[in-house]
Amino acid sequence: MAANPHHILLPVNVGFMATSVVAALAFNLLPWQDVRGVPDLLALVLVFWCVHQPRKMGIGIAWLLGLVMDTANGALFGQHALAYAALAYTAQGLHRRILSFPPWPQALHVLVLLLASQLVMLAVRMLAGGTFPGTSYFFGSLVSAALWPLATFILLAPQRRPEEVDETRPI
Amino acid sequence: MEHTPPQFFHRGPAPIARLTFFVLLSVFLMVLDARFRYAEPLRQVLAIAAYPLQQIAIAPFAALARAREFLASQADLREQNAALRTQKLRDAEDLLTLEALRAENEGLRRLLAAKEQLPGDAIFAEIVYAGRDPFSRKVIIDRGAQNGVQPGQPVVDANGVLGQVTRVQPLLAEVTLIVDKDHAIPVQVVRNGLRGVVFGSGDGSTLELRHMASNAEVEVGDLLVTSGLDGLYPRGLPVARVAKVERDSAYAFAKIVGQPVAGTTQHQQVLVLSPATPTPLWSDEPERAKKGGRAKRGARRGE
Repeated sequence: MAANPHHILLPVNVGFMATSVVAALAFNLLPWQDVRGVPDLLALVLVFWCVHQPRKMGIGIAWLLGLVMDTANGALFGQHALAYAALAYTAQGLHRRILSFPPWPQALHVLVLLLASQLVMLAVRMLAGGTFPGTSYFFGSLVSAALWPLATFILLAPQRRPEEVDETRPI
Repeated sequence: MEHTPPQFFHRGPAPIARLTFFVLLSVFLMVLDARFRYAEPLRQVLAIAAYPLQQIAIAPFAALARAREFLASQADLREQNAALRTQKLRDAEDLLTLEALRAENEGLRRLLAAKEQLPGDAIFAEIVYAGRDPFSRKVIIDRGAQNGVQPGQPVVDANGVLGQVTRVQPLLAEVTLIVDKDHAIPVQVVRNGLRGVVFGSGDGSTLELRHMASNAEVEVGDLLVTSGLDGLYPRGLPVARVAKVERDSAYAFAKIVGQPVAGTTQHQQVLVLSPATPTPLWSDEPERAKKGGRAKRGARRGE
């Protein structure tokens, strides 16, 4: 399921990267009401691209997307931005290490990164005088990390297409 | 670092420098937002950028709700119709007396030289979604600055006070619910007129009537309505029903927990009211106030 080390991937399509990020943002903007444990797909996709394409995705974009999240959620302005920037930085810094593991250990790395970013947000909000939302707040990261192998499969699929197009193939 | 890349591989500033820059920028924005509320213009620009995406994300759910409404069974509709008809009859009686009472009240108020609390324009809105921010209790409604919503306006639903508009975007507005932590609203016990202030308790679903003496006459089941003393919430709107009263002689204050009357998540339709005119408890310019009052009355007579 993961990138086969003997499999040379096609160059990434920047349009596809952008589409995946926008789709993840749209997922986050769905009316979730009070459902706990909803994964922060945007954070997951950001980590994914920071790990796989550290030169194309970085701290600046993550920060800007964080601002959009803050606006849409009515959260403290800069809270998600700070967390996402830190997340992107760590993911970029660890990208060689993370990619050397098979998918599930990769997911464990991602879990730690996502939990750390949530801790950043928690710390910021507690400083600003918010209420502690309970430990269920962190369930979202668990779900996100569990989705990592699936995300790898889906987001790397376009790069794993064969080089020469087979006319008889349906897709 | 012994492995610095040669000059021709330009990759911009080092990651740590970038991180520091953006962290400082975030902290700057957060302080601006939390302490001074200066970040609004940037927030509004981003809000407009995110608006189409939000609409796309919400659209399937709105369509589902509409489909469910469309497919409501005839029996349900008939039942609802009958219930509404009896309700209407019951209300009609009240409405007839209301006109008379309103006129009478106006006269009495004029006699008391109190400011008239005229019902202002109400803006009809719908809850679009609950803010996905686990640290505060907010809902987003589908009316914004374009529709004349202003920060500070009270928001009610069919049953009672829902909250207060705290931030306005061009096309949407954020309503902080009364159950939000430390959101305060001055109330009155309907039964005996006792006044107090109700705070959001922070657990997201209950309210606390704080600073009431442990022998205060509040009982379980009492209805709390707005007292109108803050000049923001109009008088007499239901806020909460007392659910629990704990009196412990060791403490000076009783612990009174209330359940909000307004369904804070179920109801889709809300009204954004215009803030009530403040009732001055004490004025240091009695002369000017009197003059203003006279001018107003004069103008009305002239009409």
